[in-house]
Amino acid sequence: MALDVLIVDDSAAIRKILHRVLVQAEVPLGKVHEASDGNEALEKLKTEKVGLILSDINMPNMDGIEFLTRIKSDEVHKRVPVLMVTTEGSQAKVMQALELGAAGYVKKPFTADQIKEKLTGLI
Amino acid sequence: MEKVTQQDIEQAISKASREVFETMLNLPLEVKPAGMRKVIEPETFHGVLALVGVAGSWTGTGHMSCTPQFAQRLAGALLMTEYDSVNEDVLDAVAEVANMIIGNVKTILEEKLGSLGLTVPTVIFGRNYQTRSAGVKDWVLVRLHSGDDRMDINFCLMPSRVLAHMTPRSEILTA
Repeated sequence: MALDVLIVDDSAAIRKILHRVLVQAEVPLGKVHEASDGNEALEKLKTEKVGLILSDINMPNMDGIEFLTRIKSDEVHKRVPVLMVTTEGSQAKVMQALELGAAGYVKKPFTADQIKEKLTGLI
Repeated sequence: MEKVTQQDIEQAISKASREVFETMLNLPLEVKPAGMRKVIEPETFHGVLALVGVAGSWTGTGHMSCTPQFAQRLAGALLMTEYDSVNEDVLDAVAEVANMIIGNVKTILEEKLGSLGLTVPTVIFGRNYQTRSAGVKDWVLVRLHSGDDRMDINFCLMPSRVLAHMTPRSEILTA
């Protein structure tokens, strides 16, 4: 069954790379939606249902922590796995994301294999 | 709170740059720390410059500068596409490379300085433009060589304004 995915990152370069990695990982992709911050991502989720979210933490307007908080308090989307993919290496931020319900965490720079490994078991 | 030395910053930049070049760019890299650089007057740049700010109890800026040709090569390596001009994709790729390098430098320095925040990157492309960072004269410079191309990474760090009166500037960076 095809999986719709939402990629949230303020860098268009990273969004492209993550899309490519999902293809390389042979994820059975349906639609791949992109958003450049948490606000835009929440707007997308008003009209789209996805089975996986990849999200940055440090973003303008609404960061990944706030976005994750909103997702996990939303009845419709709270069970969607959210993988944090971010430059943010602070243990406090990572722990906060995991406590809020993030399914995992990958630090930038990353290899395709690291993303694939984290996706195993999530989808 | 421990202080960070010039060597700490050079090592952090070297480690972060190697990680980014090996993991995401797959480009050869030779790292050459070039010591402290004193900047009194505004500096003139040509090419692409990406800036990322660090904030918290310590404040600083990291910037990465290179020629348009190297920027195109970086973007090509990151996005697996060839670029023959500096377009939006190239600027975005350079901003992201700066974000990853400075972001990882920040993470390494947090071991000594405690939690720090990171600004979103800003990237500038042009000829003969000047930059000036308020109150900053001393920069740690590390040069990254990749084949015939070179990129300069400059980094400055100082206690935030609240703490500035407690720590003389000359004590902040010592080799």
